Amino acid sequence: MNCIIIDDEATARAIVKQLCTKVEELDVIEEFDNAISAIKFLNQNSIDVIFLDVHMPGFSGVDFVQTLKDPPKVVMTTSDTDFAIAAYEYECIVDYLVKPITLERFQKCLLKIKNSSAKRPQIPTANQENAQEEDLYINIDRRLIKLKLNDILVIEAKGDYIEIKTEKEEHRVHTTLKKIKEKLPEKLFLQIHRSYIINFTKIIDIEDNSVLIAKNVVPISRSNRPELMRRLNLL
Amino acid sequence: MIEQPNLSYIDELAGDDEGFRGQFIDVVKSEFPLEKDEYFGHIDNSRFKETAEIVHKLKHKFNILGMHDSYKLAVTYEMELLEGKYESKTKFDNVLATIEEYIKTI
Repeated sequence: MNCIIIDDEATARAIVKQLCTKVEELDVIEEFDNAISAIKFLNQNSIDVIFLDVHMPGFSGVDFVQTLKDPPKVVMTTSDTDFAIAAYEYECIVDYLVKPITLERFQKCLLKIKNSSAKRPQIPTANQENAQEEDLYINIDRRLIKLKLNDILVIEAKGDYIEIKTEKEEHRVHTTLKKIKEKLPEKLFLQIHRSYIINFTKIIDIEDNSVLIAKNVVPISRSNRPELMRRLNLL
Repeated sequence: MIEQPNLSYIDELAGDDEGFRGQFIDVVKSEFPLEKDEYFGHIDNSRFKETAEIVHKLKHKFNILGMHDSYKLAVTYEMELLEGKYESKTKFDNVLATIEEYIKTI
C-alpha cells in the first residue's frame, strides 16, 4: 500500500516513516510538512493511506479531511488522547494514533487499515445532479423580477434582507440567506461565510481569507474554508 | 529533582537500525532549538495562542525523550496559555533547559 505522511514536525514524520519500514506493507512515497502541499499532490496522485497530524498550524488535519474529494484511508496522529470521538465523525478515518506511537500499536493500526473498507460517500458530480432551474424570480415592490442564476455574483445577508449582486445591478430582497440558499444549485453556489453566498464559477482569485469576485472582496470563514478548498481544482 | 530525558523510545524504534537512530537524533538536535527559540519569541511577547501552539509541538518531544511527567506539565501549561495564564512557565522553561543540555551529549 502506498502512503503519505503529513505532519509539520520532522521528528513525527521520521517516526511514522520508520514504523512503515518495520511493517513492510506500507511504502511511504511522500512526506509533507503542510496540508496545502499534500492537497496538490493528492490531486495528481492516487494513494491508499494518509498518516495525518491533527494539529497543524493554519490548516488542521480535520480541515484537511473535509477538503478531500475522494479520500483514501486516513490514520490520524495526535498528541491529544481526547481526539477519538472527533476522529470517527469521518468515515474515511480508520484509526487514530496517539504519539509517541509504539510498534505494537502501529501493527494494530495496519490491521485496521487492511480490514477497513472505509470510503466517504461520493459527492454527486454536476452530471449526476438533477437539472437545475436557470432563473430565479425575486419579489421587489410586488413585482417578480427574473434573474439569471449565472449572472449572480454574490449574495450578502444584511439584517432582515439579502443583497443580490449581479454584474450590472444590485437587488435588495426581504428574505434570509438560508431561504435563498435552498433555491440555489449547489454546483454554482457556495456559502463561504455566515453572511455570504458566492457564485463559485465567478471567483477571480483567493487570497488568505478572502475571495475576489468581480470587484467584491468576500470573507471566507474558517468553518466554510474546507468546503471551498475541496471544490477547487488545485494544480 | 527534574525529570531527565532518555533515548529509550528512540532505541526501541530503531532496533538494529543505527542509521535511523543517528538520523533521528540529528532531526531532534536540529528541530528542538528552533522550536525552543520560537517558544521564547512568542512567550516573551505575550502571544499566548502562538505560545500554546508551539508548546503543543514541544510536548511531543518530551514524550519522545521519555519525559512523561514533563509531558503532563506541558499539557497543563498549554491549557493555561489558551486562557491567557502562564503559571507553569518556570517549570516548563526548566524542562527546555534540561533538554537543551541533554541533546549536547547525544
